[in-house]
Amino acid sequence: MSTITENISLRDQFLSLYRDRAGEISANSAPLLNEHRDQAIARLEHLGFPVKGSEEYRYADIESVFKNDLQKNFGDIRVTFNIREIFHCDVPDLDTNLLLLVNGRYYNDGELIKKLPGGIIAGSLAQASKDYPEIVGKHYDRYAGASNDGLVALNTAFAQDGIFIYVPEGVKSEKPIQVVNIMISDNDLMAQHRNLFVAENGAEARIVICDHSLSAHRFLTNSVNEVFTGEGAQINLTRIQNEHNGSSQITHSYSHQEAGSNLTASIISLHGGFIRNNIFVTLNGEHAENHSLGLYLSDKGQYIDNYVHIDHASPNCFSNQLFKGVLDDYASGSFNGRILVRRDAQKTNAYQSNNNILLTDDAKMYSRPQLEIYADDVKCSHGSTMGRLDDNALFYLRSRGVDKREARLMLMFAFAHEVIQNIRVKALQERIDDLVNKRLRGELSRCNNCAMKCG
Amino acid sequence: MLVIKDLKVSIEGQEILKGVSLEVKAGEVHAIMGPNGSGKSTLASVLAGRDLYVVDSGSVFYMGEDLLEKSPEERAKEGLFLGFQYPIEIPGVSMVNFMKTAINEMRKHRGEDPLSASDFLKKLREKKDLVEIDSSLTKRSVNEGFSGGEKKKNEIFQMAMLEPKLAILDETDSGLDIDALKVVARGVNNLRSAENATIVITHYQRLLDYIIPDYVHILYKGRIVRSGGKELALLLEEKGYEWVRQEEVNL
Ligand SMILES: Nc1ncnc2c1ncn2[C@@H]1O[C@H](COP(=O)(O)OP(=O)(O)O)[C@@H](O)[C@H]1O
Ligand SMILES: [Mg+2]
Repeated sequence: MSTITENISLRDQFLSLYRDRAGEISANSAPLLNEHRDQAIARLEHLGFPVKGSEEYRYADIESVFKNDLQKNFGDIRVTFNIREIFHCDVPDLDTNLLLLVNGRYYNDGELIKKLPGGIIAGSLAQASKDYPEIVGKHYDRYAGASNDGLVALNTAFAQDGIFIYVPEGVKSEKPIQVVNIMISDNDLMAQHRNLFVAENGAEARIVICDHSLSAHRFLTNSVNEVFTGEGAQINLTRIQNEHNGSSQITHSYSHQEAGSNLTASIISLHGGFIRNNIFVTLNGEHAENHSLGLYLSDKGQYIDNYVHIDHASPNCFSNQLFKGVLDDYASGSFNGRILVRRDAQKTNAYQSNNNILLTDDAKMYSRPQLEIYADDVKCSHGSTMGRLDDNALFYLRSRGVDKREARLMLMFAFAHEVIQNIRVKALQERIDDLVNKRLRGELSRCNNCAMKCG
Repeated sequence: MLVIKDLKVSIEGQEILKGVSLEVKAGEVHAIMGPNGSGKSTLASVLAGRDLYVVDSGSVFYMGEDLLEKSPEERAKEGLFLGFQYPIEIPGVSMVNFMKTAINEMRKHRGEDPLSASDFLKKLREKKDLVEIDSSLTKRSVNEGFSGGEKKKNEIFQMAMLEPKLAILDETDSGLDIDALKVVARGVNNLRSAENATIVITHYQRLLDYIIPDYVHILYKGRIVRSGGKELALLLEEKGYEWVRQEEVNL
């Protein structure tokens, strides 16, 4: 098969895959999701795949991560072992409502939809679109659908399931909701899940997503998250990426914020061979506040790429981007932070900073701010730094008897902690501090705490 | 305890110390004085192990061992302490965590168990009282946002916590008012014993009213041009550094 596909573009490969398998894809999903597929495929045909060197994908080589002949499953394939027995998350102690995604499908542990206190709904997106078509229909593909990225259209065409979380008006979710997203297979595998999180007016939710790979195969994930934050709603969304270095992960997040809402979304990238995070935020009502945070710790040949786009579409909004990373060995990465302030978005406050520590001469990082400001009464700032660990600080610590290695770790941890501090959920902060500490010490294996030890 | 012989040190090809010899025995307090730029901080930094400086020749023995061979942390673990003229701000590293790590690394070096949390806190409180530093300072990041005086007191606090054998204090007195100066002196005098030694580097004589030195040395243009008892400091105070310059010319 690979000999024939050699000269066919990625786009055409997927178009033909869709033609061949559309029936199977739809049969194992839900009508509401299926409705969007043909249009998405037409969009993909029009947009094509992102090309390295293009405006949005300057350094990320998307084609190379798709090149491998990865298996795609569209059937109703269930993992047969008890996943709870082999998997314990690195964020334990945290008392959460747990949802599992396995290879892009909701893991059915008896209930496809969980009804939590206060009328909160959490579970399979495909099932939710059948049970709550009015809610899902109102938001599904509303925020991501207009994207000019062929990968988003690709996801819409192929995604069969994912996580749906709904917090009704005025309800505060007591416990965080934790989504554990697992890749596990006997083959190299590609999966594309689709999440939809909705917090109605005045609702409050804390959501944690943990990405893991549990077998030593090449994985590729192309996922889309749509997040709706209603008027005065507050969402704290944290994603912890910890897949092995043979895996590639592309995430697209589209957040829509109404007036007075507050969304703090953090991405902590610990392990993963190739990571590209697209983060799109629309501030659609006055006094909306967005914090987009990122922390990446990369070594060996890891590639980490964060692309942020904050759209100030209303006056009096606030946004802050804080992305920090430590790159070791020959790791490389990119940060692109775009702030768009529309003509009517007066009294906008928009901040951005990207700080990097490069531990070796071979580590590389590209950082690019993009400010597009059409309003005149605006406060905007951006800053980007590349540096080494501070020699004076290192000497100061060592002169008190702290070993060089330990002193370096203390400084790296201090650097990283600034991002973690901004997550503002105490219990979560402590867990992430702990994870980051382990990661910096090289003690966090990609399958830490996992009984499978797949190497 | 410390034997420096004909030490020559340069930075970026420029010779700063041009043959310094000094012997410090246990139980002694030495004061090193001298005008700005004479090489006092260079000497202190070389002793603490800063690799920015190149030792061109000469030797330094500490407790009978070659000091220059050792890493900064080894020196510290063997009881050498440098109070920095300009303490470094380290955002994100808490004072408490820093001190706990430092103390436990030293204990490990001596083959002792780590301090229990309660013993550590007890010690922390005791030393904080001794140097009269604001309780909240230890909760903050190392020197971050500290005033000049707080930074200097924090050096003495760290010294008190680490209980060194040989403390080198580089202009810990400059910029301090009399009350703070007394605190610094108390920190030093508290540590004074027949087994320990102190080198106080200072620009002014007034600190030496509170820390009485056994010996005073004048470092000038990278050389110790005069050594004597505590009366040398008074002489220097009276005649000013201009006098040293004159002496140099006469040599
Ligand atoms: N990092 C450095 N780079 C270049 N020159 C230096 C450095 N540190 C000190 N010097 C030079 O060495 C000389 C001695 O400085 P220093 O030891 O700080 O003197 P003191 O502490 O007696 O005032 C000065 O001429 C100073 O300019
Ligand atoms: Mg000096």
